Amino acid sequence: MAIDKTLELFDCGHRACAGCGHALGTRLVLKATGRDVIVVSPTGCLEVFSTPYPETAWRVPWIHSLFENAAAVASGVEVALKRQKRSEKVVVVGGDGATFDIGVLCLSGAFERGHDFTYICMDNEAYMNTGIQRSGATPYDASTTTSPAGARSFGNRRPKKDMPQIMAAHGAPYVATTSVAYPMDLMQKVERAINTEGPCYVQVHSPCCTGWGFEGSQTIAIGKLAVETGLWPVFEMNNGQVTKVKKIMRKPVEEYLKQQKRFRHLFKPIRQEAEIAKIQAIADANASRYGLDLKPRK
Amino acid sequence: MTQIMEGSHAVAEAVRLSKPGVISAYPITPQTHIVERLAEMVADGLLEADYITVESEFSALSACLGASATGVRVYSATTSQGLALMFEVCFNAAGMRLPLVMTIANRALSAPLSIWNDHQDSISLRDSGWLQLYAQDCQEAHDLHYIAYRVAEDHSVLLPAMVCFDGFVLTHTYEPVDIPGQEEVDAFLPAFSPYQRLDARDPISFGMYATPDYYMEFRYEMERAMQRAKGVLKECGKEFGERFGRDYSDLVESYRLEDADTALVAMGSLCGTVKDAIDEMRGEGKKVGLLNLRVFRPFPFEDVKKALSGVSRVAILDKNVSIGSKGAVGLEMRDTLYGTGIEILDCIAGLGGRDIRKRDVRRIVGLAEAGGGDIFYGLREEVL
Repeated sequence: MAIDKTLELFDCGHRACAGCGHALGTRLVLKATGRDVIVVSPTGCLEVFSTPYPETAWRVPWIHSLFENAAAVASGVEVALKRQKRSEKVVVVGGDGATFDIGVLCLSGAFERGHDFTYICMDNEAYMNTGIQRSGATPYDASTTTSPAGARSFGNRRPKKDMPQIMAAHGAPYVATTSVAYPMDLMQKVERAINTEGPCYVQVHSPCCTGWGFEGSQTIAIGKLAVETGLWPVFEMNNGQVTKVKKIMRKPVEEYLKQQKRFRHLFKPIRQEAEIAKIQAIADANASRYGLDLKPRK
Repeated sequence: MTQIMEGSHAVAEAVRLSKPGVISAYPITPQTHIVERLAEMVADGLLEADYITVESEFSALSACLGASATGVRVYSATTSQGLALMFEVCFNAAGMRLPLVMTIANRALSAPLSIWNDHQDSISLRDSGWLQLYAQDCQEAHDLHYIAYRVAEDHSVLLPAMVCFDGFVLTHTYEPVDIPGQEEVDAFLPAFSPYQRLDARDPISFGMYATPDYYMEFRYEMERAMQRAKGVLKECGKEFGERFGRDYSDLVESYRLEDADTALVAMGSLCGTVKDAIDEMRGEGKKVGLLNLRVFRPFPFEDVKKALSGVSRVAILDKNVSIGSKGAVGLEMRDTLYGTGIEILDCIAGLGGRDIRKRDVRRIVGLAEAGGGDIFYGLREEVL
């Protein structure tokens, strides 16, 4: 089924920041799903900026219940649809806090039960709706309001939780990562997910200009750099096996880091070589694990 | 047809005959016999429903919420810690005006851990926007589920409902229960007709957020719906009586109150013991009666006031306590009877499964007559 790229189901007039990755990503998600869909969203930026009563940006049926129960609500929606012999696909679109942290119980339960729905995590790597607090998705050394850089701190002390592998370990038939900086890749993966029976997981890198500290005009550029440095590997997994990887000519992580305020403390007042090297090592490990590097031409 | 059956199975039969499309529940003592029987019914093809076996009570009610919003009648059951874990979903489902029905097999809250009966679990959700009905025996536990679905799903109400019945005392007790036929139930409880549902042909947004410009009106509408539920409960209770011979048109049950000086007030299975004690005391010439609060939310202020208009004093058996205040029933009664001059004694009693016997009821009547203040009744002073 071809994606109708002209279809607009996420309306303008919502309250997202200019340059918001979530707004862009959600618009692309709905182009890929088409109209025959029911969307479930947890509490978060997306929910708040898209549905200030009595207005809504959603031109498809949409439900928000709580922060941590989107996957459980989606379970009920999916079962009720099947019982009524209805055709709508069920898609969750939520943030990383709802996915990696507070909603992980409901998410794990729903994937273990094998419900037929697609869970899309719009990952902006912190709790942005409440004011940029760290989550399990926050990368190593990122400064947030609850993991601030300081005299005794380089920011977030832990690496990002590996959610795609966790979801694959549930037996999910389709798991993928993508980025709002690669619209065709994003839409194609969402389309594959919704047309794969069973619980599917798509993790979308969604740069947040407000939370990460960059100009709203640079969202796509930042998103591309995350991929090009190997800090955001773009891949697909079918039945637990990595089947497709976006190959890159890798750039040093510094090019990505230095453009964001959340990593500014690694460069000013003095350059923290050891910390930058640790982040480079994360990218190197990703490259090795997923085979990201294009082989140089001989 | 009347059969001897366990209270939990009587509830499961009512659920089967109410034809929910989706059931989602998580096992917890003493609710388990209900959901095990329902799982058997689904497995045997006796109930055309999907049973979603979730990983927590929190997901159980969340799945019910999603299914209800998609246009299907739903059912869950829990108790105690499970209900506490559902707290957030309870408020949310009511605010979203989704008519879920859930059985509460009443049990104490931890700590200390207790699997035994009192009403602290459901009472702690009294402000959530759910209707709360309390059954005094297995037959009532059965019947009240049909009424709960009818009233919750009524488009003038659209609030979820809890049918509360006492853990072990009723869940695990065998009593004769009249189980109606499917056609009779269908005539009383038609198929679910959702007011709104998630539907790609008519997209709407559920569960939006409201600024201070709108929030209060949402809560006020819930309050109005709860007040309308009183009338709907009475109508449905009356119709139920006409169809099945058991009348529930009163939100409160009055037992030998006509000429009573002292009224006992109770909820749930304790009412049976109180009635026996009253019969004994009446035999001795004591003018005592019982007010059974069958409906706690909406609280039937007018009905209570009318039923107690002739009494001099009221003794309340509160199987719950708001630590730092009083029992929930006692507080409601003081509000209801304010200015009437009726004396009120609030007894916190029967917490964590402590048995309340006929002799205790007699003692509490004596305490009320003596004009004592509110108490925790029956404390073991030697372990304090």
